[in-house]
Amino acid sequence: MSAAATKKAPEKAGKKSVETAPESSGSGATAKNIVQKIWDAHVVTRIEGHPNVFAIDLMLLHEVTSAQAFQLIETRGIQVFDPTRLLATIDHSTPTRQNRWEIYDEAARTQVETLRSNCKKHNIPFLDFDSGKQGIVHVVGPELGVTQPGMTIVCGDSHTSTHGAFGALAFGVGTSEVAHVMATGCLLQKQPQSMKVEFKGRFRRGVYAKDAILKLIGEIGVGGANGHVIEYVGEAVRAMSMEERMTVCNMSIECGARAGLIAPDETTFNYLKGRAHAPCAEKWDEAVEYWKSFASDENAKYDKSVVIDLDKLEPIVTWGTNPAQSVSLGERIPKLETMAANDKAVAVRALEYTKLKEQQVLEGTPVEWAFVGSCTNGRIEDLRIVAEILKGRKVNPAVTMYVVPGSEAVMKRCQEEGLDEIFRAAGADFRMPGCSMCLAMNDDQVPPGKRCISSSNRNFVGRQGPDSITHLASPATVAASAIAGCITSPAQYV
Amino acid sequence: MSLIPKVTTVTSKAMPVPMKDVDTDLIIPAQFLTSISKDGYGANVFRRLRDNDPNFPINRKEFDGASILVTDSNFGCGSSREHAVWALTGAGFKVVIAKSFSDIFYNNSAKNALLLVVLEDKVVDEILQSAKNADYEVTVDLESQTVVLPDGRSYKFEYDQFRKHCMLNGLDDIEYIRSHTADIQEFRNRQEKQRYMSTRGA
Repeated sequence: MSAAATKKAPEKAGKKSVETAPESSGSGATAKNIVQKIWDAHVVTRIEGHPNVFAIDLMLLHEVTSAQAFQLIETRGIQVFDPTRLLATIDHSTPTRQNRWEIYDEAARTQVETLRSNCKKHNIPFLDFDSGKQGIVHVVGPELGVTQPGMTIVCGDSHTSTHGAFGALAFGVGTSEVAHVMATGCLLQKQPQSMKVEFKGRFRRGVYAKDAILKLIGEIGVGGANGHVIEYVGEAVRAMSMEERMTVCNMSIECGARAGLIAPDETTFNYLKGRAHAPCAEKWDEAVEYWKSFASDENAKYDKSVVIDLDKLEPIVTWGTNPAQSVSLGERIPKLETMAANDKAVAVRALEYTKLKEQQVLEGTPVEWAFVGSCTNGRIEDLRIVAEILKGRKVNPAVTMYVVPGSEAVMKRCQEEGLDEIFRAAGADFRMPGCSMCLAMNDDQVPPGKRCISSSNRNFVGRQGPDSITHLASPATVAASAIAGCITSPAQYV
Repeated sequence: MSLIPKVTTVTSKAMPVPMKDVDTDLIIPAQFLTSISKDGYGANVFRRLRDNDPNFPINRKEFDGASILVTDSNFGCGSSREHAVWALTGAGFKVVIAKSFSDIFYNNSAKNALLLVVLEDKVVDEILQSAKNADYEVTVDLESQTVVLPDGRSYKFEYDQFRKHCMLNGLDDIEYIRSHTADIQEFRNRQEKQRYMSTRGA
């Protein structure tokens, strides 16, 4: 895993510096954190005054941010560098009704067909409808075992940070950079800074990984981790399942982090073992040894650190129009006069949009919609929690509830476990997999002026449809609120 | 080969959007992302803000032709959609001045000749205030890394020298990376023995 020192440099380049191979643990060398280790293992050239040529191990593609990238490389007559490091699916603009092969929106249909044909043309594996593998790009990568520790992973989607749960350095890029990776397998990158976030303590009943990450974002703000990659550490993180870790890493971008990751451990290896694209039996032990080498060294340094205590954490729900504007249930929306001038202006606009007032208690606010799904909380464990709460109960007649599995595999699992029956019996609409109402690119939209409690990741203005109002929460809080017809703590239901 | 427009000196009235944390959903909502082209997003830049506020500067005739946008901090947060940049360039913007930008948006802008300039908080606040009446002309020059205000005061801004060279000359990253093809090949050969993932057969 030694990183390369560049052999040649363009004439204009500054002086080269030869760098040493990363050490896997202490042994007298400078202690490194996981971010530095993965970085060093993927630097192709290191030229002073230039960004690094940085190797990308896996790029995931979806229909919305890839077409223009294919156009770019085709215009220049460049072949795809290595299709075995690319994987595509359709998720953002696809319908979630039963007959989803028929896409009514012409532009969305063209977008899906364009990706389908681009993948065929360039020999890129494509997970189509009814392949048994289609789904939200950040749900299917881990399911298939293509997301592995120590890798660098990109996708034209900011929630690529999800894959960091496996100890991969995974980050969102724009379409131009998608084209760069298609063409070269590399990106030009500057090394990010690192930030340590420690989750201490244990979750109380009715409190989940989603509440923990919302708490962090609320503490440090939507730009609190700009320029940094977060490593999540602490006993609470070690105790989390892979799916909970994915929820945490997924929302790293919501505090501005370039990525978020968690060092791999037995939980990671157990999850990966036997997955379709995980290493085969003969290579397994070797792979695990390699993966373990990426864990941060003891005494590794970080540019920033934060500690979040979970012992007293309560379910969190957002009240505003960014994911940092949140409170614990039972807590009041903050007083405007306690805020800095800039934050106050943002809060005033947000409260006007969400039709709430400072000092108001969120609990009890009526909701008309409830959404469970997305790359944040659309996995089987999320749906099991929702089913547990809905079982033998009814969604309030004033509420329309969508339950959208993150992938075909999740959907199948729900059917095998009978969860789909529970959702239907409760009056929820169990739909086909996709991003759905998280960003409302398809027909799944919260109507104007309506209020939705949602397990997704963004409560931006108009995110779930023009003039829709979003309250982000854990799947359990969404389920409890759907039953009650108003924002409600799940504690009494679990 | 120049495939990206070269960044040149821009003189224009400044258009103030005095908001913190403007996310890319606000710059271009998801409903407008179904195109497979890079064109046509300009008409919907800031769609929700325009629809909800007749006095939003883009709705005001006095701001016609403005190519410098001035805003508060953490501009471009949220989604990685490069469409946000295409929407701004499509609407004629060449420069955005702010207190800070989100990372992905910053990268995306550099790939599309949209020059992002970070100035000190108090200078940005002053421009936001002064530019309200659409008569505040600012000059932004990447070569000298300066912003010149109407009264002649000039402020230096920091800019990565490598990126500056690329933007002034309309160079994109692909050619640079491809000039290191031999290094890349050597790297991949060495990495192969610890490669445990292939998407083949997916």
